[in-house]
Amino acid sequence: MNRFVVIAALAGLAFGATARAQEADTLTPPSQSWRFAGPLGTVDQAAAQRGFQVYADACSNCHGLKYLHYRDLSGIGFTAAQIKEIAARFMVPAGFDNQGNVVTRPATAASPFRPPFPNDEAARAMLNGALPPDLSLIVSSFPNGPNYIYALLTGYQDPPADVKLADGMNYNPYFPGHQIAMPPPLNEGDITYTDGTASTVAQNAHDVVTFLAWAAHPDMVQRKRIGFGVVLYFLGMAGVTFALKRRIWHGVH
Amino acid sequence: MTSGLAGWVDTRLPIVTLMRKEFGTFPVPKNFNYFWNFGAISMLLMVVMISTGVVLAMDYMPNAAEAFGSVQHIMRDVNYGWLVRYLHQNGASMFFIATYIHTFRGIYYGSYKSPRELLWILGVVTLLIMMSTAFMGYVLPWGQMSYWGATVITNMFAAIPFVGDAVVTWLWGGFGVDSPTLSRFYSLHYLLPFVLVAVVLLHITAIHKVGSNNPLGIDVRSPQDTLPFHPYYTIKDCFGLCVYLALFAVLVFFAPDLFGDPTNFIPANPLQTPADIQPEWYFLPFYAILRAVPNKLGGVALMFGAMAILLALPWLDTSPVRSARFRPIYRPLFFVWLASIVLLGAVGAHKPEGIWVILGRIGTIYYFGHLLVVMPILGRFERPLPLPDSISRPVITRNALPRGASVAEIRP
Repeated sequence: MNRFVVIAALAGLAFGATARAQEADTLTPPSQSWRFAGPLGTVDQAAAQRGFQVYADACSNCHGLKYLHYRDLSGIGFTAAQIKEIAARFMVPAGFDNQGNVVTRPATAASPFRPPFPNDEAARAMLNGALPPDLSLIVSSFPNGPNYIYALLTGYQDPPADVKLADGMNYNPYFPGHQIAMPPPLNEGDITYTDGTASTVAQNAHDVVTFLAWAAHPDMVQRKRIGFGVVLYFLGMAGVTFALKRRIWHGVH
Repeated sequence: MTSGLAGWVDTRLPIVTLMRKEFGTFPVPKNFNYFWNFGAISMLLMVVMISTGVVLAMDYMPNAAEAFGSVQHIMRDVNYGWLVRYLHQNGASMFFIATYIHTFRGIYYGSYKSPRELLWILGVVTLLIMMSTAFMGYVLPWGQMSYWGATVITNMFAAIPFVGDAVVTWLWGGFGVDSPTLSRFYSLHYLLPFVLVAVVLLHITAIHKVGSNNPLGIDVRSPQDTLPFHPYYTIKDCFGLCVYLALFAVLVFFAPDLFGDPTNFIPANPLQTPADIQPEWYFLPFYAILRAVPNKLGGVALMFGAMAILLALPWLDTSPVRSARFRPIYRPLFFVWLASIVLLGAVGAHKPEGIWVILGRIGTIYYFGHLLVVMPILGRFERPLPLPDSISRPVITRNALPRGASVAEIRP
């Protein structure tokens, strides 16, 4: 029976090793410390709110968050009044008038995040043929996602002498192939935090990854909280049923 | 014997009598170990999968334009949709873990041998239905890996001589994996679980006819060898279920993406092939067998053959002894075979280059060699250890027969 355990452990090792297999010449992103990591990890609401500001001021010019609604922002601690105020900054389509013309009105808490472009073709036309991905799930879309996005945002460099960049491309050693269409999105001093935190590129990147990690899994905090109860319940019931089993089987030889 | 409403019903429709006979007083060998819990665990997981699946179907949109977004809608906007979806997604892995353990337990203890051949075949059929259902289910979220996995797997059928291309077009409902493919997979993904339930009921009917095998692999000889199913095994199954559900909960609540592929968080894009196309973990050994053969038709034939060959297991194994405990040569070779499957799983998770190609071929050769050569030949030549006289006798000494010990030594 021990061998079953050994084999299971071997299987775990084999599968674990594959997760670490990386593209050969792409740099491995260094690990950062994240409040949301681990079973006890939670959302650092102040950081996530600053991250939302980074998203709104910088990323949202090109990247959407189409699976989020403004009301979801309550998950990072914005109040109903703040959410109403944030949503009202954006004009969104609201059906048609009786002449068939599109009506727009300020977004409400129930509106989905306004996309930066009306469609993919419009985005490509504006951005030299590049299509900026939606960020709703970006942190989950890569192995080691949070560290990768952080490294990508902070890792722009001048290209080495032997690298010839294609037209409109930028050099980033963390990106597969090293040539990325997105220009450095975060620049020192571009963002002034409303909460007075010193705004550096590293701080901006850390905050926006915290925000995007929440955006990818808005259920995380509630999920882990319920999870403790559920796991404890089943462990408790395992104890009870084991005691009962011992009692019932007592005397069976 | 039964009074009140239950009695009234029972005299007209004997379900109470039936349940009592099949799940109450039903005699079961008393020497099961915990590996015998995984049948009940698999059953429960089947119920979990069907009930969560029915709820998910209420909000899921089976068309290429909306599928990915509708899954996100379930995850974010539907009350506790994330819970139902994670239960379903991780339930698939937990279902396969339980069923694979159940299967390997059956192989180790020779549960497929006479008179349980049909029971075994029905079990292999349930596994095949599970695999088809899981494959089609993985396509439904319509992420990159869903799309490209479906493309790779359906393209295999193109290897069939003469009619291959026509079959693939028919499977796709078009000339590529697209909305028609998705909606027919959805339809079948909803249908097959109910076929599965029917086959599982037959599986249970068969076991209630022939009775359970046991770790000693010897027949029940007297009522002293057995215990009534209730309360002895109902409580033991309850305990096993609680432990397994605790593990399930750890997965669902604390690591729901552990078995998932990050690439599947990217919506399907027919114009962009992912760097590495990989099936879910429970298909990796089969995927490795597919890629171990440098010929497409050969690879596809061996991959499906790897499952089909299990149907013939009762006749490939020629040993008169069921339990591997009493087969000194077969027993270590069983673990080598298990290791070859684990190795194939690791191979399936790596790109087919360098050492992985060689390992994949070694694993494939041993997988088939064990079943087609070792099992038929070994059964004729191996000298099994002496079998105990009955189930109840070795159990008297509690820790029972040490491995390799003969019954004569331990009898008081």
